[in-house]
Amino acid sequence: MAKEMKLACNVVEQVEAICDKHGNRPGELINILHEAQNMHGYLPEEMQRIIARKLNIPASKVYGVVTFYSFFTMTPKGKHSISVCLGTACYVRGSEKLLEEIKRVLNIEVGETTPDGKFSLDCLRCVGACGLAPVVTIGEKVYGRLESKDVKKILDEVAAND
Amino acid sequence: MEEKNMITLTIDKHEVTVPAGTMLLDAAKTVGISIPTLCHIDLKGTCVQNMPASCRICVVEIEGRRNLAPACATRVTPGMVVHTNSARVIRARKTVAELILSDHPNDCLTCPKCSDCELQRLVMRFNIRTMPYNNGEQSVRKQELTPAITRNMEKCVYCRRCESVCNNVQSVGVLSAIRRGFNTTIAPTFDKMFSDTNCTYCGQCVAVCPVGALTERDYTDRLMDDLSDPDKVVIAQPAPAVRFALGEEFGMPAGTIVTGKMATALRDLGFDYAFDTDFGADLTIMEEGAEILHRLKKFLAGDKDVKLPIMTSCCPAWVNFYEHEFPDLLEYPSSAKSPAQMFGAIAKTYWAEKMGIPREKIVCVSIMPCLAKKYEAEREEFKVDGNPDVDYSISTRELGRLIKRANIDFVNLPDSEFDSPLGESTGAAAIFGITGGVMEAALRTVYEVYTGKTLPHIDFNDVRGFEGIKEATIDLNGFELKVCVAHTLSNARKVMDALRAGKLNYHVVEVMACPGGCIGGAGQPYHHGNIEILKARAAAVYREDEGKALRKSHENPDIQKLYKEFLGEPMSEKAHHLLHTHYSDKSIK
Amino acid sequence: MKTLNFEDLTKIRKKAQATLNMRELSYAAVSEKSCGLAVGTEHIELLCCGGTGCKASDSAKIVDNLKAAIEANGIADKVEVIVTGCFGFCEKGPIVKVMPDNTFYTQVTPEDAEEIVKEHVIAGRKVERLLYVDPKTSHTVSDAKHMDFYRKQMRIALRNCGFIDPENIEEYIARDGYAALAKALQEQTPEQVIDIIKQSGLRGRGGAGFPTGMKWGFARNYQAEEKYVVCNADEGDPGAFMDRSIMEGDPHSVIEAMAICGYCINANKGLIYIRAEYPLAVHRLKVAIDQAREYGLLGKKVLDSDFDFDIEIRYGAGAFVCGEETALIHSMEGKRGEPTLKPPFPAESGYNGYPTNVNNVETLANVPIILTKGAEWFSSIGTEKSKGTKVFALAGKINNVGLIEVPMGTTLREIIYDIGGGVKNGKEFKAVQTGGPSGGCLTQKHLDTPIDYEHLTAAGSMMGSGGMIVMDEDDCMVSVAKFYLEFTCDESCGKCTPCRIGNKRMLEILTRITEGRGTMADLERLKELGEIIKDTALCGLGQTSPNPVLSTINNFWDEYVEHVQYHKCRAHQCKNLVTYSIDPTKCKGCTACARKCPVSAISGEARNPHIINPDKCIRCGMCISTCRFDAISIS
Repeated sequence: MAKEMKLACNVVEQVEAICDKHGNRPGELINILHEAQNMHGYLPEEMQRIIARKLNIPASKVYGVVTFYSFFTMTPKGKHSISVCLGTACYVRGSEKLLEEIKRVLNIEVGETTPDGKFSLDCLRCVGACGLAPVVTIGEKVYGRLESKDVKKILDEVAAND
Repeated sequence: MEEKNMITLTIDKHEVTVPAGTMLLDAAKTVGISIPTLCHIDLKGTCVQNMPASCRICVVEIEGRRNLAPACATRVTPGMVVHTNSARVIRARKTVAELILSDHPNDCLTCPKCSDCELQRLVMRFNIRTMPYNNGEQSVRKQELTPAITRNMEKCVYCRRCESVCNNVQSVGVLSAIRRGFNTTIAPTFDKMFSDTNCTYCGQCVAVCPVGALTERDYTDRLMDDLSDPDKVVIAQPAPAVRFALGEEFGMPAGTIVTGKMATALRDLGFDYAFDTDFGADLTIMEEGAEILHRLKKFLAGDKDVKLPIMTSCCPAWVNFYEHEFPDLLEYPSSAKSPAQMFGAIAKTYWAEKMGIPREKIVCVSIMPCLAKKYEAEREEFKVDGNPDVDYSISTRELGRLIKRANIDFVNLPDSEFDSPLGESTGAAAIFGITGGVMEAALRTVYEVYTGKTLPHIDFNDVRGFEGIKEATIDLNGFELKVCVAHTLSNARKVMDALRAGKLNYHVVEVMACPGGCIGGAGQPYHHGNIEILKARAAAVYREDEGKALRKSHENPDIQKLYKEFLGEPMSEKAHHLLHTHYSDKSIK
Repeated sequence: MKTLNFEDLTKIRKKAQATLNMRELSYAAVSEKSCGLAVGTEHIELLCCGGTGCKASDSAKIVDNLKAAIEANGIADKVEVIVTGCFGFCEKGPIVKVMPDNTFYTQVTPEDAEEIVKEHVIAGRKVERLLYVDPKTSHTVSDAKHMDFYRKQMRIALRNCGFIDPENIEEYIARDGYAALAKALQEQTPEQVIDIIKQSGLRGRGGAGFPTGMKWGFARNYQAEEKYVVCNADEGDPGAFMDRSIMEGDPHSVIEAMAICGYCINANKGLIYIRAEYPLAVHRLKVAIDQAREYGLLGKKVLDSDFDFDIEIRYGAGAFVCGEETALIHSMEGKRGEPTLKPPFPAESGYNGYPTNVNNVETLANVPIILTKGAEWFSSIGTEKSKGTKVFALAGKINNVGLIEVPMGTTLREIIYDIGGGVKNGKEFKAVQTGGPSGGCLTQKHLDTPIDYEHLTAAGSMMGSGGMIVMDEDDCMVSVAKFYLEFTCDESCGKCTPCRIGNKRMLEILTRITEGRGTMADLERLKELGEIIKDTALCGLGQTSPNPVLSTINNFWDEYVEHVQYHKCRAHQCKNLVTYSIDPTKCKGCTACARKCPVSAISGEARNPHIINPDKCIRCGMCISTCRFDAISIS
């Protein structure tokens, strides 16, 4: 808590409103976390405490849930969120090599964000575009049938379009 | 009717008939088959229970089932044929234990739980001689030293007993499983330190931890140093509940009362004076009883603002609990300090003056069934110019270890008496160590002081027993005094929630944080889930009470003398200054 | 708000059927006679796939461009663009289908839209270059019916996918939608409906194949104030997307089935637990639920009967274990998705402690059609113990990646070679993995095994949710086993010892083997540990997690031994076991590889053969994909 930046008042209000909308029911915790993350981009500790207080459950339980599900994050994502599909179809068509190349080009590990805040890198399991395997998503856009050598070009393009 | 609800099955060729709903583990026990367990704990009759069926140590083979089944959580069904010791079962159990060892430091020789560790027992029982899965990655786990609890999570076997008690028994909710997979662990809120959370230091997580992941903060070395320091006057004050459990550390049956041997051992260890917290307990009744009467009189006089119910304040985990969670209700608990702190305050004033020993030279050590007492002793409000009334607190277990270290043959020690004047106590003090005991002790005094009559029946059976919330009504000259006794903090929360909602109709409430009260405290010898141990300690408490010549606190002659010579009246200005405290809002915003 | 009764439903069906007739009849129509407005066709429909796969290839833009072209040519009154669910043939997506002549355009780009409108729709000339080319005959095929990919399929669960507009409830109703619910409410007792499901032989499509009718029967037997119907749409199996396609393409079939189940087990509340990673499916479900409410098919007094039923959506948050029904229920309760021991089964104590019936999407999608067509019809399809069809997500090293549905009992050979069009790039078939992280690998010797629950289990794999990944000679089976185990370790909830620690230790052993540090004793230990994890783990995830390892050990023992004894990976996949080298006779010294090498491991002078420094080489493969002279090889 100490090191955290305080959330802006309107953010606090919005989180509280999300909880209210769900009747402050503990059973709605995951839906609430989804909405809070959609709104704020990530789930800082203070936000989790607000949710815990509204739902009248221990903050430890909220944290236990946040750290259980891979969808939730407590760190802000980069401007462009890269996800490499490591589903089986993409795996057998070489997505691991793509991942290595992206890590190399951006010089970050999975789950990290580049120091300039432009890119963050994650893995996911199957976006369901197996026909396009191997697949990488950057933001909303899906890039299919990629090879390692395409990586740098695409990242440069994305960065250039900022 | 009864026939219908009984189920017959076969366990290792024994025909067993047990009530429907019985778990295989318990069914096997009825024919003397003890299936090994690790995560499972069921302190029957209390709410201490953890049966996630997750460690998979207790697996058994059930004919017709594809997989092995956990005996702890599998209900009997008619005609079930169970094998608890087939080669398949034995091999699987051993492998599961080997897997646990592969993510465990295995520094057993220097572990505080060595020889009292449930995992170690399994290793011996399964004849594990190699660790085939070792040398792999170790999961990420934190360590922490708080004033009360030592956390060494690399030893954690993820049984989740601590999480169960913290949430279900205590409703404190500090501990939760975090992350998932191999690096899942149990951690305080936001994976911080206990000290950054609303942990009450009740220590029940320590009481149920099967291994050395959660243990008490150990002060034995510090005490050894003080005892050997010729410049220091080291005085001991063992809590009421210690004498009913300490014997277990030396293999004596649970429920053996070792008051006399303990007094001898304390002197043999080198304590300059062996006093007794029971003296402080009698003193507490004088102060708390007076406060009860004070508020009652106001109430009966029509004062609408008087805070009722008054709540006991002896239990330091309970104090932490309401300071954290009920900051709006801090005017309800009695302002009386706990017996141990009252003792310390009197020892370092009244007794120190009497003996002519400067405060700084006195080392007041409390020996407690409790871990929260370690934290309580460090509270700033219990210090005079930085010098604490109680220097530090050790647990029953630590005392046991010290006695062993000092080569004292505890079992064969002769009895001796506590030193005077802070060693005299009544039966009322003896029962402080059990749920309902503080209430009963208070009632004995309150009744006689209020009515001016002698109690017709000294035993208040309504407030005895392990039921989570008990209530009783006492006739005080026609006024119906309604009292309530709660043990474990989840029950306390129910009472506090009702109070907050304005739906609580009691005049006095007693709360103890640990199941069964201090006899089930986190500093006591480990019960390993055996409720019979707590029952035997409880029986011993009431035996001790019955054996006492004096059984009401206000009849304690040394207490009477203390008031006459030093304090004046209960709740006098001096008494208030030394024996009462205040509470503050410690909620985490 | 229209509160429909049974008669209204029939009216809508008749009315909507008329408009759907064209699509229905088109299968029989001779395409030439109706190709384009030029020959006098009065109404043309352009069906464009709006599934996730095709959307990823810009199908939304195709739709926009088609509409714009129609508008520009002033033919909007005669031509309609309809966004449908997945056609299944993802390999060739995005797909645009022209009705009524039934022309199937593949790999359409937004730029092609105008040409389709001008050439096909207006002039009546098919755009040859967008037609599917049969790889065997090299001839173009314009009608899906005549493509091998579709010929052996039987679409029951997918019956409406790629056929109707999923966001238009009347199109669903026209296809006998909600007729089964109406019939149940009007004419059948819950017991009768459950009996039909029992007789049909329908089994759970999400995992172990428990008989659905029996499951409903159990849930019906428990009395409680509240009961729940849960749809498990947390399709976590990497490489499986059948449930997503059904929800995207035919959401009402799931909603109808849930309502029927609610009627049968006496539940008034339905919950759909869906992956948050499926935004399109979530959207389509929401639209469908709203429409169903609007039409009085959900809510109070469904179809004006005494039955109340409504559905809420709950989101998963990325945890594979939540496919396990007890874990799923805990997750819906806002908790960590950890499984608990069964019994008690959810039928006795499920969501918030109330009796709950959990079925997955594909299972539910089968229910309405079983009730309209009858148990006998359904049970006539399939094998002795596995009835009906199964949807598979066919992917990996196969020519025709896509979503397929075949009758139970179809052989692997038919799926891979007839429907799938064989292994990609003419490589040799090595294995097919079914059942995802819980399943196993089938090999050459299983090619003629009929696919059903029993045969797959006997072969050491399982049906699972229906992922089917084809692997060729370039796939290292030790690495594949490791891939799945990594997945399981990532996704293990960590609750029980065997899964939490056991799988980790198995993964460590596998890692050693792929790095050439394994021993023969490691292989024995893998087998032993795998068996014990299966025997002792708490939930279905743990109990099946060693399957990919055990089945590859069984079927590819030699490959494991090669890794251990000869430090050899025949597929050249295990980095530590391969070296890259340049053939000096082929190398032209163009320096392309040296420039691309991320670690500057390649040196040499221009126009002279280059060499790779093995100590620097990180075996990333960049040089191989760069070299135009095929000079770099792995050994």
